[in-house]
Amino acid sequence: MSLTPDEVRHIARLARLGLTEEDVEKFQHQLSGILDYFQRLRDVDTEGVPPTAYPLPLHNVMRDDEEAPSAAQADTLKNAPLREGDYFRVRAVLEE
Amino acid sequence: MVADELHRLTMTEAGRLLRERKVSSLELTEAALDRIATLDPQVHAFITVTADQALEQARGADEMLARGAGTPLTGIPAAIKDVISTQGVRTTCGSKILEPFVPVYDAHVITLLKEAGFVMLGKTNMDEFAMGSSGENSAYGPTHNPWALNRVPGGSSSGSAAAVASGMAYFALGSDTGGSIRQPAALSGVVGLKPTYGRVSRFGLVAFASSLDQIGPLTRSARDAALVFEAISGHDQRDSTSAEVEVPSIADTLDGDLRGMRIGVPREYFAEGVDSQVAEAVELAIGQMGALGAQIDRDVSLPSTDLGVSVYYIIAPSEASSNLARYDGVKYGYSYQDGASMWENMEKTREFGFGEEVKRRIMLGTYALSAGYYDAYYKKAQQVRTLIRREFDEAFQSHDVLVVPVSPTPAFKIGEKVNDPLAMYLNDVCTIPVNIAGLPGISVPCGFATADDGARLPIGVQVIAKPFDEASLFRVAHAYEQATPWHEEMAPV
Repeated sequence: MSLTPDEVRHIARLARLGLTEEDVEKFQHQLSGILDYFQRLRDVDTEGVPPTAYPLPLHNVMRDDEEAPSAAQADTLKNAPLREGDYFRVRAVLEE
Repeated sequence: MVADELHRLTMTEAGRLLRERKVSSLELTEAALDRIATLDPQVHAFITVTADQALEQARGADEMLARGAGTPLTGIPAAIKDVISTQGVRTTCGSKILEPFVPVYDAHVITLLKEAGFVMLGKTNMDEFAMGSSGENSAYGPTHNPWALNRVPGGSSSGSAAAVASGMAYFALGSDTGGSIRQPAALSGVVGLKPTYGRVSRFGLVAFASSLDQIGPLTRSARDAALVFEAISGHDQRDSTSAEVEVPSIADTLDGDLRGMRIGVPREYFAEGVDSQVAEAVELAIGQMGALGAQIDRDVSLPSTDLGVSVYYIIAPSEASSNLARYDGVKYGYSYQDGASMWENMEKTREFGFGEEVKRRIMLGTYALSAGYYDAYYKKAQQVRTLIRREFDEAFQSHDVLVVPVSPTPAFKIGEKVNDPLAMYLNDVCTIPVNIAGLPGISVPCGFATADDGARLPIGVQVIAKPFDEASLFRVAHAYEQATPWHEEMAPV
């Protein structure tokens, strides 16, 4: 299993993760090595074995739909890096 | 009791003195803060020390105790891993990306501990976002092992383990996704419990891998761990994976008897790669448990054990890559502002905010979940997860607990494995299967190894039980402790 530099850049883009060229080279080798190690799973017979998403036999946990206080607006905005009035301020998503 | 001896007490002993009014919480807290001030410049167990709040909580606890309203945790100074939300107290997760983050609510476990009247000394150092097995991945610098300061304390709950091992705190909370409580407990010579998945609410635990994460205590005795376990466990509506299972009273039922206990010893955990001194100490511990009346069965096999690391390092990074998508520099935390576009700001925020190991796992998880690779990696790992669970289910048909090593080696030197991520991942080979299957596991001190440089390093033995049977873990751990001297030794700092 060997990743190309372009594959590494593609994955980083999917994850919205900026990487330096040095990172790309390092991750190319390290991730390839780790993926090689995973190849041992290939030989395991899992025909008809259901996947486990999490270990508890709990599904679709519901609670009563009752009104209750949620976080105050002032609290929610307390950690905002940039705000304008009662809003989080962000750069334009769609630009010219 | 002289002030400079207070740190040698277990939580149980300190609690008894508090309720007998022979020592006050204020005295314990001041002594603990003094010890942190003296030792932490070398150990670096804490990211944030909350001295003023601790003294205020101690005064409140002393009032509770004066009214006779105390619980076993009232007035006890403790340390909290910096991945657990604390209202008004900065919570960094060991990451630069959360350096300015101050939570606006308490985690459920903190609410419970506050109701019990505990005293929070501060927030402990950790591998960034709990990703690591050595404590070296903290953006705030590594924690040092109190037994040998040039070595790692284990991770990711590195600061929690070191704080308890060096007598700075009577107990600490950690989180365990693939061994992050048990492995540092073993390497630092303290007790560490990972409860059953679903036993302790994760409301307010910053998410790493949601199908694996669990909160638990690190302490200096099994009984102390049982007391903290009882205080933090139970159903919470705010965590949809929280189980509605009754929490047993364990601490007061512990005796030293193991008659009737069926112990299985799966051979795969003693395979190549386990240090000979570790294997020997664990074997001696198993022999001791036999001498206390347990039946020991060595004809046990869990054949998929060596697949655990692969399964884990696909599932955990996949879940992490999704959970960590929230760090976009918009709602909280570090935020890069000087880019040419929103996307550039987001990418730079994550580039400068995350450390190398976190980036590596986000990359690994994103790859495993990406189009064309999902079935080969993520789905395959989930299927093998089922096989690992089934093997445990079968082993528990005829055994009450399984006893194995915790870490294949004692504490290694700081810097020794940082350039080889796969070698670091293989440290988790004995602890990962417990998370994969959602089981409870405990690490208990069981002796010492002598390193090449002469350092005397703690070794831990791991006891694993079926889901929601923490009572059996504590029964074995406590009986073993009563018969051996290891847990009484304190790190020479």
